[in-house]
Amino acid sequence: MAATAEPALPELAAVPWRKRASRDSLRAWGRLWTVWTTLSVLPFAAAAVGLFLLEPLSFPVGIACLAHAWIIPELYAFRGVGVVRPKGPRHARYEPVAQGLLGDLLGHESRELQRRTGLALERGRLGVWLVGEAGALLLPPGGRRVSCFCVGTRERELPPSDRIAHLVLALRTDEEGFATVANKAFSGAAWRVRRRLRPEQRPALAAGRTEARRQRTRHGPTGARRRAVSN
Amino acid sequence: MPRLIRMDHTGHSTLAKWRATDDADFEAAVEAFRRELDAGYIGVVPEGEGRATQVTELPAEADLVIMRRPIAGG
Repeated sequence: MAATAEPALPELAAVPWRKRASRDSLRAWGRLWTVWTTLSVLPFAAAAVGLFLLEPLSFPVGIACLAHAWIIPELYAFRGVGVVRPKGPRHARYEPVAQGLLGDLLGHESRELQRRTGLALERGRLGVWLVGEAGALLLPPGGRRVSCFCVGTRERELPPSDRIAHLVLALRTDEEGFATVANKAFSGAAWRVRRRLRPEQRPALAAGRTEARRQRTRHGPTGARRRAVSN
Repeated sequence: MPRLIRMDHTGHSTLAKWRATDDADFEAAVEAFRRELDAGYIGVVPEGEGRATQVTELPAEADLVIMRRPIAGG
């Protein structure tokens, strides 16, 4: 192509302090979330057990502790999943036009899924992405973990499908750059994320998990990394 | 016929169309493309499922060039 091709997203210039995201950095971030969640849950669970052993009649306090241990990760997941909840004005008049353009960008399968769920499925080197209006979910190969990224265009006058198209085009231009520009909101188990998704969005997560499992089968646990290097 | 479009509040607007054989049409499209770059838009050529290329000059041979706004972490 005669035009100048720039593999890096220009938006990276706005976040020069961030190290470029990679499969390894995202895996490390996921582990950090696991450690953080464990540290948030363990003290409450230990307190509940300890109190019960010391004085069985203290069980109401123990139940409150266990409730805290359950609620804290749920709140994190709720906040994380918020990145793909529909937001902003719906612009019903122009949305069909924007939907047409987005449909042209997506493949047949992804187009149908996006119309049903509001999330566009994109296959990348880092895993499977589910792109919403103001953020995206990433399912690394295997599909057991979901990472939530908050990112979008600032133009509130854009119809929802145009906002998704902006993110899809940026993601396709530079996947690692996209993950760098986006703010990381949450990383955790897919089942926890599923519970916090709107019911109509859950089929997109199921499709993403299926595709992420296929990626792992095709390339093995480290195959995707090898493929990324060879690219 | 190749098209230059901009994603905006109307869904999208067609800014220019050109034929490879018509220099005047293409020059007009190049001017429109530069105006959008100056206004802060980013040019992208979709290349099928999963691929897109950012461009800073209008490629004559591209079927579709889309102007998008920058994105940012929320």
